[in-house]
Amino acid sequence: MKKYIASRIGYMLFTFLIIVTFTFFLMQTLPGSPFNDERLSETQKEVLNERYGLNEPLSVQYFKYLGNITKGDFGVSFQFDGRSVSSIIGERIGVSAILGAQSLVVGMILGLFLGIIAALRHNTFIDYGAMVVAVLGLSIPNFVLAGLLQYWVGVRLGWLPVAFWEGFEYSILPTIALAAFVVATMARFMRTEMLDVLGNEYITTARAKGIKEHTVILKHGLRNAMIPIITILGPLTVSLMTGTLVVEKIFSVPGLGEQFVKSILTNDYPVIMGVTLFYSLLFIIVILIVDLLYGVIDPRIRLSGGGRREGK
Amino acid sequence: MKVNEYELTDDLFEESGKAFEEKRITSRPSSTFMKDSWLRLRKNKGAFTGLILIILIMFLAAFGPYMNSHGFDEQDLTRTNLPPKVPVLENLSFLGVSGVDIRGTDQYAAKEVPDYYWFGTDDLGRDLWTRIWQGTRISLYIAFLAATLDLVIGVAYGSISAYYGGRIDNVMQRIIEVLMGIPNLIVVILLILILKPGIMSITLAMVITGWVSMARIVRGQVLKLKGQEFVLASRTLGAKDKNLIWGHLIPNSLGPIIITTMFTIPTAIFTEAFLSFIGLGLQPPIASLGMIVNDGFKMLKIYPHMLMFSSVIISLIMISFNLLGDGLRDSFDPKMKK
Repeated sequence: MKKYIASRIGYMLFTFLIIVTFTFFLMQTLPGSPFNDERLSETQKEVLNERYGLNEPLSVQYFKYLGNITKGDFGVSFQFDGRSVSSIIGERIGVSAILGAQSLVVGMILGLFLGIIAALRHNTFIDYGAMVVAVLGLSIPNFVLAGLLQYWVGVRLGWLPVAFWEGFEYSILPTIALAAFVVATMARFMRTEMLDVLGNEYITTARAKGIKEHTVILKHGLRNAMIPIITILGPLTVSLMTGTLVVEKIFSVPGLGEQFVKSILTNDYPVIMGVTLFYSLLFIIVILIVDLLYGVIDPRIRLSGGGRREGK
Repeated sequence: MKVNEYELTDDLFEESGKAFEEKRITSRPSSTFMKDSWLRLRKNKGAFTGLILIILIMFLAAFGPYMNSHGFDEQDLTRTNLPPKVPVLENLSFLGVSGVDIRGTDQYAAKEVPDYYWFGTDDLGRDLWTRIWQGTRISLYIAFLAATLDLVIGVAYGSISAYYGGRIDNVMQRIIEVLMGIPNLIVVILLILILKPGIMSITLAMVITGWVSMARIVRGQVLKLKGQEFVLASRTLGAKDKNLIWGHLIPNSLGPIIITTMFTIPTAIFTEAFLSFIGLGLQPPIASLGMIVNDGFKMLKIYPHMLMFSSVIISLIMISFNLLGDGLRDSFDPKMKK
């Protein structure tokens, strides 16, 4: 097990190194320099290049960049004078984290409920209804859902604020738009797992022993069905990350995603790279946790060589 | 013939007669895997609806732009932001296609436009019906291209990795493991930043990480199959590696391959739309569905029709491919036979 953990962490670091290298050389191919202001004289530019180490050979710059990243320093923004990328990330991440966590929790609970109901009422009207909701949630793109919510609930009905971030009611529509995918994934997942588990002999045994139905379902069924839940954490993280870019833009939520889209529009490369690396790191860590937890919880995976379950 | 001291003579036996014959006749004609799957798919209402919708949408994407006389980049500032108006249906006011905007004025009468714009026009006076189907065509084209490339690379990589096994497999799998750890979208965004946004660069960016899941699935299938007796038999008869892979292993993995492709298509359509949305999409005047949706947001409050039609169509495409994919998964899997 120790060997397994070590190899997984090794992979994670190697993957991150590749991403960092990739982004570094990408930045070199991009046109322009941060100091192409016309008011700067040649000597001033030289001084600035000297100060930021831009006149050194590429290899030296590369290792400096690596060193800076291990210290959490992603460089300086072009757009905001002299502000470091990490301070921008630090300032923006809070709102995104709240939005993401809120959607995850709401989506998981709703999805769990929907999935269990569908499994218990298998092949009935309720089951079909739940699955229609799940297919819609999986299929309708988050920007379409966000747009529809904004127009109908925000503009036409006027029930909830259309944009900005000034209190809890401002977070409701973005949360719904983000949570739809979570609900759908979770509901489908729970339904399949519950059907699988409820067909097992130990469930029949439990029922034969005269245990109350809700105890059978909650204690024997749900507990076992919940084991592989971590496998969907990977896809959920990705969907929440990409989701925040779009949803925050639509609802003008001052989070990291909105900043990222803005930076793309203004060609603020250091911020784009910094946020990209930040997202990659987040993703890699989630994958690592999923892998490790899965090995711990389900011994069958560990024995069969530690392969990850298909999770896309 | 003697069994346990009893003499077995012919008169001890009865002819089975007609009953036996009939039994033989009632057996079904043999059916192939594909035929079987098709029958099961047809019974699945959701998947069949999805299939019909896909065919309909593809038909409209191919011929829709020619159904009226407006070009997709034909601008006319005298007819901007017109709400939708459809002949005949315009008399049913609840459908909202009578040319009256949300404030209740008939824009067609006000701007003295005699034509009908079935989906309305955008802020430059371009006909949305033509633009939307043109956009659907481009979105579908990108999606199919990406799916095909994923298919080719993934199948080749996965089958080679699994078939040769050993060190080759080991190295190839390590590469995949690293690629799996890199978030798809990050690579796509970074690549589009250096390559100029265009149909080819968007497709390539999606393929660079997209083939990995296909490769994993094919590898799993081939690993499972290559130990089976029919492969051994074929090998004993002298079949070459190439014939084994293309003649036996890949045809037998066709089910999972088709299903994965079916799920790649909506993902690609979503990714393309998403890229347009964050400002990395195609450049005008070409339009993809994602760009039309994005344009629709600009005037959502006053002219909602721009967003509504394009988002309904993109959602329909996603729903039908997902339904079909689900249905195919059920119908290819013999274990799902009820």
